Amino acid sequence: MAIEILMPALSPTMEEGTLAKWLVKEGDTVSSGDILAEIETDKATMEFEAVDEGTIGKILIAEGSEGVKVNTPIAVLLEEGDSADDMNTSAPAKAESKDQAASDDAKAPAAQGHSQPKPAAPADATPDWPEGTTLKQQTVREALRDGMAEEMRRDENVFLMGEEVAEYQGAYKISQGLLDEFGAKRVIDTPITEHGFAGIGVGAAFGGLRPIVEFMTFNFAMQAMDQIINSAAKTLYMSGGQMGAPMVFRGPNGAAARVGAQHSQDYAAWFMQIPGLKVAMPYSASDYKGLMKTAIRDPNPVIFLENEILYGRSFDVPDMDDYTVPFGKARIWREGSDVTIVSFGIGMSYALEAADKLAEEGIEAEVIDLRTLRPMDTESILRSVKKTNRCVTVEEGWPQGSVGSYISSVIMQEAFDYLDAPVINCTGKDVPMPYAANLEKHALVTTNEVIEAVKKVTYK
Amino acid sequence: MAAKKPTKKPNVSAEELKAYYRDMLLIRRFEEKAGQLYGMGLIGGFCHLYIGQEAVVVGLEAAAEEGDKRITSYRDHGHMLACGMDPNGVMAELTGREGGYSKGKGGSMHMFSKEKHFYGGHGIVAAQVPLGAGLAFSDKYKDNGRVTFAYFGDGAANQGQVYEAFNMAALWKLPCIFVIENNQYAMGTSQQRSTSSAEIYERGKAFGIPGEAVDGMDVLAVKEAGEKAVAHARKDGPYILEIKTYRYRGHSMSDPAKYRTREEVQKMRDERDPIEAVRSLLLQGNHATEDDLKAIDKEIKKVVNESAEFAKDSPEPHLDELWTDIYATEVPQEA
Repeated sequence: MAIEILMPALSPTMEEGTLAKWLVKEGDTVSSGDILAEIETDKATMEFEAVDEGTIGKILIAEGSEGVKVNTPIAVLLEEGDSADDMNTSAPAKAESKDQAASDDAKAPAAQGHSQPKPAAPADATPDWPEGTTLKQQTVREALRDGMAEEMRRDENVFLMGEEVAEYQGAYKISQGLLDEFGAKRVIDTPITEHGFAGIGVGAAFGGLRPIVEFMTFNFAMQAMDQIINSAAKTLYMSGGQMGAPMVFRGPNGAAARVGAQHSQDYAAWFMQIPGLKVAMPYSASDYKGLMKTAIRDPNPVIFLENEILYGRSFDVPDMDDYTVPFGKARIWREGSDVTIVSFGIGMSYALEAADKLAEEGIEAEVIDLRTLRPMDTESILRSVKKTNRCVTVEEGWPQGSVGSYISSVIMQEAFDYLDAPVINCTGKDVPMPYAANLEKHALVTTNEVIEAVKKVTYK
Repeated sequence: MAAKKPTKKPNVSAEELKAYYRDMLLIRRFEEKAGQLYGMGLIGGFCHLYIGQEAVVVGLEAAAEEGDKRITSYRDHGHMLACGMDPNGVMAELTGREGGYSKGKGGSMHMFSKEKHFYGGHGIVAAQVPLGAGLAFSDKYKDNGRVTFAYFGDGAANQGQVYEAFNMAALWKLPCIFVIENNQYAMGTSQQRSTSSAEIYERGKAFGIPGEAVDGMDVLAVKEAGEKAVAHARKDGPYILEIKTYRYRGHSMSDPAKYRTREEVQKMRDERDPIEAVRSLLLQGNHATEDDLKAIDKEIKKVVNESAEFAKDSPEPHLDELWTDIYATEVPQEA
């Protein structure tokens, strides 16, 4: 049967082009791969090759023709046994997919907004452990190590890799003792090669293991950003659900003290934006432990943002065999009716300190610790704001595109009529972190700024 | 067409040789059809064809065992067909349809098959190299005797993460075969203009990784080198194969082909075509008749046409698919 040769699309955006030159004439025999014509697109002149073998029966579009639409028949190819009588040219083949897409658009469901799994139940002020549970004082550092060790005992496919995690016992001593208990097969010192070992971690997760990849700090994870975002977060989607990267990327995030601009950045807002990632940023030791255990068991890539200054702080931790904290459930640290203060991670230090001082002045703040940023328990924020009618957010990250600005937009869209004042975002200053002690202190968010913001929204 | 005579006596049976012919021809005809569907607007975006490089994957697959893994770049159609993935599913992914391997959500550059141990299809140049080393890490951890083929091009060979992966693969003796598919052009920049080493595999020496250059237009040479590499990787850790090949078509569909001459491409096609070479071997050795090969051609044409029909007829994914597969609810079971 005669084959129509159609005007090809030669780039992702081409709709029409100029048939600059025919390199074959009627009666020529062509085989697959032969150059038939030169076609000019808006970008370049391209060669157009034959796909099928045969004889050029008829040239339908003369060379020099401009504005030839894609899929217009430009020539007829006769295959073995065809005669010129077979050349009944038809209308150009329709690009069905495009037409169909247009009609589908009309009935597309309203934007669903978020792919985040919602929390099972919103937060309340009751503790995460059963009444009567024995509590022990533990540092964040110890709680983190215990969380990892418990999960490594539970599942032999869980392993820890990173710089100085094994023999050095952890650059910040988080992995202290793990090498002794689990051996060099499961506690692995890597070279200083973030992009490479992050990629190896993701590949190991594809292959069925449950890696915990430690970044000495998240500042160095920028070297590995492509593997985290493009390989870990997107593969489940791109594979139609066939495979993904169940793993944890963890390490200290945000400002430490006096380490300057390149070692002091809060990445919460960056990672929070990525569908496919889950993001935890705990404050208390019990949450570090419970969320780490949940993160290791989660079948998705989890970004676990720790804080160096918090590592040494002590909190009550329940003495339980298997203490876990669910993702997407905020914790209400303090109930109040005058204003809602929302924070997470080290931001909670400022929020709680400000709430204590405000209480002395008779202002009762409700303080919410988000604990995870993706999924985010916006339901608890909204419920609180509908009660207090005012909200202040607190974080150390930069203001533009901050976690707080996202929270503000959610409140505006979902609880606009309940607001008695604009939401204020207390953030780190919009500058690279300075080294000088006085400047550094000023660059971070301060308790006083939180107090001032609360007074502003409560018109006190 | 005169094909260069293979220098070595084939150490394969006539049946195997015919199978390589068939597998290479399937890739070529499939890619030609994909190019045609692209021209018709049925395939969108980026589409990187494998025409000319068929002997690389067919030769290496002949050296692989069941359970071995493979991972590659965005020029991935050939790898998928060679490891036994269904042409219908591959073509339907190219057209972005429900019947595609990723339900239409991955496209030409992002396809996977847990069943066939094919771990993608990766769109960022060289990202698959550490990922491949990681797959090998998982096999070593489980001590299961499997190896991973991590394919990348001469262009990717200039990315830093390749050498980060080489270093750790050598340190930890990962069962990984790093396959450099050297088609001589990184997009439009020739090896000479982009790469300081004339022999890229020699860069492995700095890490203590053995390797060799292989004639990638000779499927039997590729198979032989592949067997050696696999044996090394299973026992002693990483190995590098730099397979010298040639891509007849552009880097992607929108390649203006200004960086090389038409004559250069034609010369390769005429003198070094890997499919013609096997065809000559089969005919000259009286392992097959013209009619036998015609029957194979016909069968392949049918398979490819069916895949194109399937890819056109398969419906577009349901709009609900926009919101699925973002988060897993349970850990995917290993194939």
